[in-house]
Amino acid sequence: MAGLTATFNRYSTFFQISPLVLTLGLFLLGPVIVIIILSLWKFDGFLTLEGVWTLRNYERIFTRSLTVSNYLQTAKMLAITLAITFTIGFTLAYFLVFDLIKLRTKMLLFLLCVVPFWTSAVIRTVAWIPFLGKEGIINQAVMGIGLSDEPLTFLLFSEFAVLLSYIQIFTLFMMAPLFNVMARINNDLIEAARDNGANALQILWNIILPLCKPGIAIGTIFVIALVASDFTAIRILGGAKVGTVAASMANQIYNVQYPPAAATAMILLIVVLLLVGGIMRLVDVRRQL
Amino acid sequence: MREGIKRAPGYWPRATLFYLYLLFLYGPIFIIVILSFQEENSSLSFPMTGFSLFYFKEVIDPQYIGDFRWPFGRSVILGLISMVLTMSISFLAGLAFRKDFKGNIIVFYMVVASLVCPSILISLGIGIGFSNLGLNSQWWSGGLGAHLSWTLPFGVLIMLAVFSRLDPRLEEAAKDLGASKWQTLSNVTIPITLPGLIGVALFGFTLSYDEYPRISNVSGEFNTLPVELVNALSLAATPAIYAIGTMTTIFSLAIIFTTFLFVYFMAKRRQGFGVKKAGAEG
Repeated sequence: MAGLTATFNRYSTFFQISPLVLTLGLFLLGPVIVIIILSLWKFDGFLTLEGVWTLRNYERIFTRSLTVSNYLQTAKMLAITLAITFTIGFTLAYFLVFDLIKLRTKMLLFLLCVVPFWTSAVIRTVAWIPFLGKEGIINQAVMGIGLSDEPLTFLLFSEFAVLLSYIQIFTLFMMAPLFNVMARINNDLIEAARDNGANALQILWNIILPLCKPGIAIGTIFVIALVASDFTAIRILGGAKVGTVAASMANQIYNVQYPPAAATAMILLIVVLLLVGGIMRLVDVRRQL
Repeated sequence: MREGIKRAPGYWPRATLFYLYLLFLYGPIFIIVILSFQEENSSLSFPMTGFSLFYFKEVIDPQYIGDFRWPFGRSVILGLISMVLTMSISFLAGLAFRKDFKGNIIVFYMVVASLVCPSILISLGIGIGFSNLGLNSQWWSGGLGAHLSWTLPFGVLIMLAVFSRLDPRLEEAAKDLGASKWQTLSNVTIPITLPGLIGVALFGFTLSYDEYPRISNVSGEFNTLPVELVNALSLAATPAIYAIGTMTTIFSLAIIFTTFLFVYFMAKRRQGFGVKKAGAEG
């Protein structure tokens, strides 16, 4: 009887996990395998020669100077986005958790941060145009108070506009995990440190920050994934000047250059996985969930 | 400010940053709402040409612009399907992960990989995969799969967090009192994890309803709303886009509001139930 229950238990786990494995197998591993095969097919500039194997697509990536500039721009935008979303996200989470006292106020303000996410992302991005455009609100204001005679053109269709939309949208992805870990910090720890003469900065540096590590790790993984994948905001707000890896890949797909795009996608996937794997080695994300 | 509360050092700068961030977050959305009331033949930007309901009428009953009603319907249906599938698959996976089965680390890494995988790779991979099998990817087939690859990681991560906080003694107590496996599941496990499950449902619906990059290549001849919006942007952009934004935001808020009311009354009912029970016993 016990053996039968054990058998059932073993199979129940199997039935519980197989829908997930099956779905991810079909729609994650499947596409990855397709992309690997596609990236090894020959592309003659116009046509994909199916079944003609070559490493040329990868060779091109490693020999083009465009690759370097694409990765540099992606890295730069990722670094700026991470730095700013972390600074803002950490401060906002700290404010919600430690400065506010009533749980209801905390929840209400947190909810206020989430509500804009139920406006379509595409439209939320487009909405920056009337703000940043030549006749937009900022330029009207700048010219109105006489700071400049002509409209500022760096505002729209630039890296600046894309970064602004990243910070607006991705800060929540940094703030939510930080809020989650901060809310679980035992107040006694902070009291004890204070009783022993630690000042606010020491408490922040020696107690709160170390305990926030898992939140920082998860938030960073979110932001890396979002920035590395985005090409919509770049298409809408970036103009032709912003060339990240994902944007150049989207261009290749638009021009039906599938094999080169596939090779680019594979390299980007490997880079992102290495980054995320590194973070997960530093912080055991799963144990901290 | 009430008397007697001593604010921690740095309170006001932090509070200021918080409210400035809210302004930054909401500013563009207010602009969308205002600009959706533009008059006929307006551009995407200021100045306001007047005040009219023209673009709202256009969206509801299209004469000059493309029809957004079907794409909207498709997005809602796809969102609901993704929601139900994400909820059930994540819940079952959460149950399995509690038992630390063989290979759980690999599955966990697969979930993370699905989260961080470049969207275009999924989109292109599913598209090419379908066409090489001689199939045409549609929004409800390849598109659904693309959406699940995005919603499932969030669902599974939330369920892992929910189950790690679930005290196994509650279920053991139920078993000791003679509850069967199914009774324990339906009377103990599911009710306790319900708030988390509702969270997964909201995430599942919203992430799917709003997804563009992963489905951009695979929605077939019938587009979802985000795909249709991006297409409209590259053709001729009119304030109709803002009118859609205003209307869909109201629609989303209605959903959120209903969900919270539902959760609130559920909690209230359960609380009332507990009080009555305690009263009867005392």
